[in-house]
Amino acid sequence: MSESLSSALTAIAPAQISIALAISALLFGLGLIGFLCRRNMIIMFLCTELMFQGAALAMIAFARLRMDVSGQVFVIFILTVAAAEAALALGLVVLLYRRKETLNSEVWSELGES
Amino acid sequence: MTALATQSHAIPHAVMAPELAWVGMAMLLPLLSSVVCALCGALRVKSKLPAIVTAISLASSFAIILRAYSAYTGPVDVPIFEWMSFEWGRGGSFHSFTANCALYIDALTLYWMLFVTGLGTLITIYASEYMEGDRGAGYCRFFFAISIFLFAMSALVLGDNLAMLYLGWEGVGLASYLLIGYNYDRPSAVAAAKKAFIMNRIGDLGLALGIFMLWANYGTIQYSELFVAMSSGGQTAVDWHVSAIPFLLMLGAFGKSAQIPLFTWLPDAMEGPTPVSALIHAATMVTAGVYLIARLYPFFELHPQALATVAWIGGGTALVAATIGMAQYDIKRVFAYSTISQLGYMFLGLGVGTTFGACYHTLTHAFFKALLFLAAGAIMHGFAGQLDLRKLSGLRHIPGWRIVSWTMFVGCLWLAAFPFTAAFFSKDAILLQALSSDRADFRALGWLGLLTAALTAYYTFRVWFRVCAGPVHFEAGTEAPHDHGAHHDADHARQKGHDRHSAAVHAAFHPHAPRWAINGVLIVLAIGSLVVGVPAYKAVFLHEDNWAQQMIAHSSAVQGAMLSNDHAHSEGHAPTMLGMDVHTGLTVVGSSAAIGGILVAWFFHLHSRRRADQVRGELLRRWWLGWIPTAMEHKWYVDEVYHVTFRSTMWIGAQILNFADRHFLDAFVVDGVAKIPLALGRVFRPLYSGALQGYAVTMAGGVALVLAWASWVWLRGAQ
Repeated sequence: MSESLSSALTAIAPAQISIALAISALLFGLGLIGFLCRRNMIIMFLCTELMFQGAALAMIAFARLRMDVSGQVFVIFILTVAAAEAALALGLVVLLYRRKETLNSEVWSELGES
Repeated sequence: MTALATQSHAIPHAVMAPELAWVGMAMLLPLLSSVVCALCGALRVKSKLPAIVTAISLASSFAIILRAYSAYTGPVDVPIFEWMSFEWGRGGSFHSFTANCALYIDALTLYWMLFVTGLGTLITIYASEYMEGDRGAGYCRFFFAISIFLFAMSALVLGDNLAMLYLGWEGVGLASYLLIGYNYDRPSAVAAAKKAFIMNRIGDLGLALGIFMLWANYGTIQYSELFVAMSSGGQTAVDWHVSAIPFLLMLGAFGKSAQIPLFTWLPDAMEGPTPVSALIHAATMVTAGVYLIARLYPFFELHPQALATVAWIGGGTALVAATIGMAQYDIKRVFAYSTISQLGYMFLGLGVGTTFGACYHTLTHAFFKALLFLAAGAIMHGFAGQLDLRKLSGLRHIPGWRIVSWTMFVGCLWLAAFPFTAAFFSKDAILLQALSSDRADFRALGWLGLLTAALTAYYTFRVWFRVCAGPVHFEAGTEAPHDHGAHHDADHARQKGHDRHSAAVHAAFHPHAPRWAINGVLIVLAIGSLVVGVPAYKAVFLHEDNWAQQMIAHSSAVQGAMLSNDHAHSEGHAPTMLGMDVHTGLTVVGSSAAIGGILVAWFFHLHSRRRADQVRGELLRRWWLGWIPTAMEHKWYVDEVYHVTFRSTMWIGAQILNFADRHFLDAFVVDGVAKIPLALGRVFRPLYSGALQGYAVTMAGGVALVLAWASWVWLRGAQ
């Protein structure tokens, strides 16, 4: 990493980091709760995206704290992968919908014992 | 040169004549013919080829044995190949075990092989006609088993060690099992085969233990070495493990030769086809016990009471079997009990010390009993399986049955030990030894033997006077379920294209008279029965040496017998009987017993058959006598007693074990182990509901737990 780039970044205070981390935890928690509570597969997928963004935000915050851009680079990668994966996941959802004519995830419970 | 040296080392007594090198072929030929018969079965041969191959191979065996006999000079070991040889330990604990495939040829071996192969040939020829109806798979199977039998019997007799004897012993047991169960679709035949096999196992346990004990005490199981070890080791034994040897060996002999504790299998063995009854269960296999004791005779002196036990068992069996034979109605069963009874005589002879008498009686018995069985078989064959002597009469007046009737008459005379028949002399030799013994119990056994002789004469001629003499009257056999011995021959007659006969069984039955093979063999056996008496005639009238006595005297069987003989005559005074010299007395009493028995049979079963029924009725009405004929007819309830004492206790034991197995082993151990994964599965199964959110909750919970643990550790580290 070049000297000029690192000087352009200014370190932030641990208190500000806490705010960023709290928002990140909030996003992740909302996503998790949404994933667990909702049965609509598209909503569930959106919730997973929400959890993704929570994790990404935490990474950016830590990158700023440690003055290390590799965390931010990671987030760029995560976003691209998430975009590709969204295409795939939505395709899967469409296929599943075609099978059972519903988006309710409860109809897909064939792995269970009983 | 070295080969020659080792060979001469292996021959202990005499230089081997080239004729003797061929003796191994006498054992090999039946094996080859069994292979050929099995191939015939596989190739579905429908012709008489198996019978022809078997007959030729057995006749060749007989010729080889005859040739060896003519060249015989003294006991010889003929090595064939090394079979088993082990050595272990060193120094003081050195042990070795050798059992080669080698033949020990002495007079006793040749004597036995002569009648085994000779009768085997004759009976195979007979069976080629008798078994005709089963041509095809059954025919091949029958002659396969006959060949296996002859192979095993040859190994038993010819082998130079006890391992070969045991091989043959089990082999004849197998052949006997296969042939008794020849009609495997008949439950009674299968049961009889199993009974014979299992009862023989009991005896074989004794034989096997006896062989182990011989090896443990003498370090070898080869006859020639055993005899040397025996004679150098002295004949007095104090250790229980030495004196147990004769008792263990005699248990084996009692099993194979159907003596008292183990005799009930032989009458049931009559389920097999009649040639089998004649060859295996009358003439040859059942005499293996006599051979065993004669061969290892010196070892029966290891315990003072061993030979006395043999004598008592033999004498007792002779009497018991004769009383049962008196009350049977099935001709083959009468003859089966007479076989047991005559075997009892042989054991009595062995026990009182005359191996010559026992072996000579074996020879005469082999001929006349094979003759009687084959005659009974011819009748069974011709009358669609009829064997009940109440339903056959006057056979000698029916055309085509004269040869059967009169050859059977010869057999009956011999079995009854009519004066100056061969069997009269052989039985005489046994009873003479018993009656001239200085032991009171042996003399008592001699009198028991005379009583048995009278009973024998009665029941033998009861059969002949009923079946062959009197007015012509007969009923053909049926397939009635109670008439066990009859079924297959009834089937058999039908298969042969005698449908008109069996269809018209009750209307007008025409007995199917035997043809040349059966008649020819019967005539040859009748002549043979006469011929085996020749040595005795020569001995009695020309004062020459008895051939059989010479043969036995030149074998291991004589060592002990000579001792007992000397002992008996060293008393100083000639033993007497009824105030006469024993020899004269025995001739008089024995003859009158035979003739008396025949006369009684003639009176009740030919002269006035109605009187016999009256007498029987009178007996049955008296409560204190009536049970005797009933018990005799039911074979003294021995089968029933065995059923209660052994089969029932074993059944109860089996039930207990079954219960323990099901309710303890299975329930706790086997099922218990299986229940562990099942229980684990029950614990974890709720986690796998199949609902997507369920898995997500588990995952989130897991992550939460990890986080909680991590923060707990971190907080503790921070303190």
